Amino acid sequence: MRFFGIATALAVLITTGAASAQTLNDVRERGFLNCGVNTGLAGFATPNDEGDWEGFDVDYCRAIAAAILDDPEAVRYRPLTSQERFTALQSGEIDVLSRNTTWTFTRDVSVGVDFIGVNYYDGQGFLVPAALGVESALELDGARICVQAGTTTELNLADYFRANEMAFETIVIQTSEEGRRQYLAEACDAYTTDASGLAAIRITLAEPGAHIILPDLISKEPLGPVVRQGDHQWADINRWVLNAMILAEEFSVTSDNVAYVAAESEDPEVRRLLGVEGDLGSQMGLTADWAYRVIAHVGNYGESFDRNIGRDSALNLDRGLNALWSDGGILFAPPMR
Amino acid sequence: MATTTATGISRIWRDARWRGRAFQALVALAVALLLYGIVSNTITNLNALGVSTGFDFLGQPAGFDISFSLISYTPTDTHFRVLLVGMSNTLLVAALGIPAAMFLGLVMGILRLSGNWLVVRLAATYIEIVRNIPVLLQIFFWQSLVFLLPTVRNSISIGDMAYLNKRALTLPELQFEPGMWIVALVVVISTVIAVGMARWRKRAQERNGAPAPFGLVGPLALIALPLIAVFATGVPWTYDFPELGRFNVTGGVQIPDTLVALWLGLVIYTGAFIAEVVRAGIQSVTKGQREAAGALGLTRNQTMSLVILPQALRVIIPPTTSQFLNLTKNSSLAVFVGYPDIVAVFAGTSLNQTGQALEIIMISMLFYLAVSLSISILMNWYNRATALVGR
Repeated sequence: MRFFGIATALAVLITTGAASAQTLNDVRERGFLNCGVNTGLAGFATPNDEGDWEGFDVDYCRAIAAAILDDPEAVRYRPLTSQERFTALQSGEIDVLSRNTTWTFTRDVSVGVDFIGVNYYDGQGFLVPAALGVESALELDGARICVQAGTTTELNLADYFRANEMAFETIVIQTSEEGRRQYLAEACDAYTTDASGLAAIRITLAEPGAHIILPDLISKEPLGPVVRQGDHQWADINRWVLNAMILAEEFSVTSDNVAYVAAESEDPEVRRLLGVEGDLGSQMGLTADWAYRVIAHVGNYGESFDRNIGRDSALNLDRGLNALWSDGGILFAPPMR
Repeated sequence: MATTTATGISRIWRDARWRGRAFQALVALAVALLLYGIVSNTITNLNALGVSTGFDFLGQPAGFDISFSLISYTPTDTHFRVLLVGMSNTLLVAALGIPAAMFLGLVMGILRLSGNWLVVRLAATYIEIVRNIPVLLQIFFWQSLVFLLPTVRNSISIGDMAYLNKRALTLPELQFEPGMWIVALVVVISTVIAVGMARWRKRAQERNGAPAPFGLVGPLALIALPLIAVFATGVPWTYDFPELGRFNVTGGVQIPDTLVALWLGLVIYTGAFIAEVVRAGIQSVTKGQREAAGALGLTRNQTMSLVILPQALRVIIPPTTSQFLNLTKNSSLAVFVGYPDIVAVFAGTSLNQTGQALEIIMISMLFYLAVSLSISILMNWYNRATALVGR
């Protein structure tokens, strides 16, 4: 239970020794990564028919495990509600949080966590039944809206309706599954969360066509992985695994051709990325082929996107802002040198 | 004597009383050191993690909405206001739930012993089913039933005065005019008269043995005087009737579905436990008491209210207190149906927006502790008042 989860995490905070900066060693000794993911969001993190976790956010956990342990399966997933996530990270229950979490000032500065990058640029939208006849979020005056507890969306919602002088009522729910239940029972007129999350909920409805996502996005939601504050080496590893996946797409290195590229490429930056040249891996405590492992086991950013939420998935989300900068998006990883 | 030659310290050491105090002081010191260790360790850890600490966040604007509140609340209010809203909403559930659960438990407990085969079986079935299913599932069940009600646009209209739908039951709101003060005063006066009459009649009966006259004066005063006052002041209230809008019903008083589901779940669950407590209490009164009352010519109802229940109460009250506490604490399950109690809004949303888990969980625990202790103190006081007096 949620309250219980926070309580045990607090107990850990109270009783353990001072926070260690040894996450990498801890993971190596333990032999697996503790990764915090969503309790269930189609395309981002859901258990499949065999009970194995898969999704866009899950791929990131797998990439970290691949970089460190050369085994994408060496991950223990910890499904977390939006409320539990930061406490779980603070207390050391998880090593990294990969759970569509919005990067904001307060969270970065005063919650004791560090955001290491953005793996999905999103915005908050509204899902409404088509039968409601609403075409814009501005027509939602007086509506009752379901929203997940402890999210930025909860705050954006209040801001948006206040700014537009509209009345509203919220039903605050814990998980997207519970939100779906309330929305389907018409306990709320609209469901609000990040547009990607709405798309994920929409395709799990019995009749997706009977529900529309309103065109208005009312906020910026840069979603990304989060690590505990205070362990710079660990933050660097997480930041550069994400960057390596983006750079691999930029250089057209995929899980299929990575062995060939590593052997044949003349491009110095590609050679540095794949560990053929230089010592970038050892600078952050990893082997030279850390990025090679990530790409071989999990694939580059584009592969992961297409497979889980993009054109090869049921969600079929457009790359949009999340296309590479060279393709008209804003995905731009710093150089590998 | 040895003591005359001993030094001051050894004399104290041999004194059992002083020795006991010394050990107590040592234990107290050890506990204090342990607490100090926990607190300082926690603060060090939090600082090392870069988590801000302290209670300044209570003055920060909350920025989120709360769907149901007894006190006025807007998103620009502070987290402290959120705490107040959460506390009042939790207390509302307890205040509505405890009397209802007590009533249900009392009725079911007595029915279970009624002797009528069908009634006994029905009561027993209710108790056994409800008592053995987790209360959270029951709350979900009641919420699903509420979800079966029509949507807002198809609200069931009760004479265009009240609307029932899956969101809420909306009733006309009474809006009082100044004349209401006079009515309130008259109600107080008539209550005093009625209570005074009842006491006088009881004493008169104890003195004379026969039931005292003027039995109707008290109840009559209780009903008639306020009625006269209402009409004399020209019915000092108006109604705010709800109206059906596009998304929702506006105006009136809204009782949200979440509160109804939570209330039903808690009352029906706790009522079953109280029913068993009541049954145990009644059965603890020996058969002889009932037979003696019958021999004195008391009716069945008189036997129950004058002989059995007063003796059963001293058995019933202490475990019932625990049930009241359980109901109050179980109200934190509100978070699963979306009712904004203290755990949902303060230990939930506020906690997540500010990240100050330790402070917020501590405040929430203190709140539940204070409420539970208050209920216990009240019930202990009532227990002493009803305990058998040795004569």
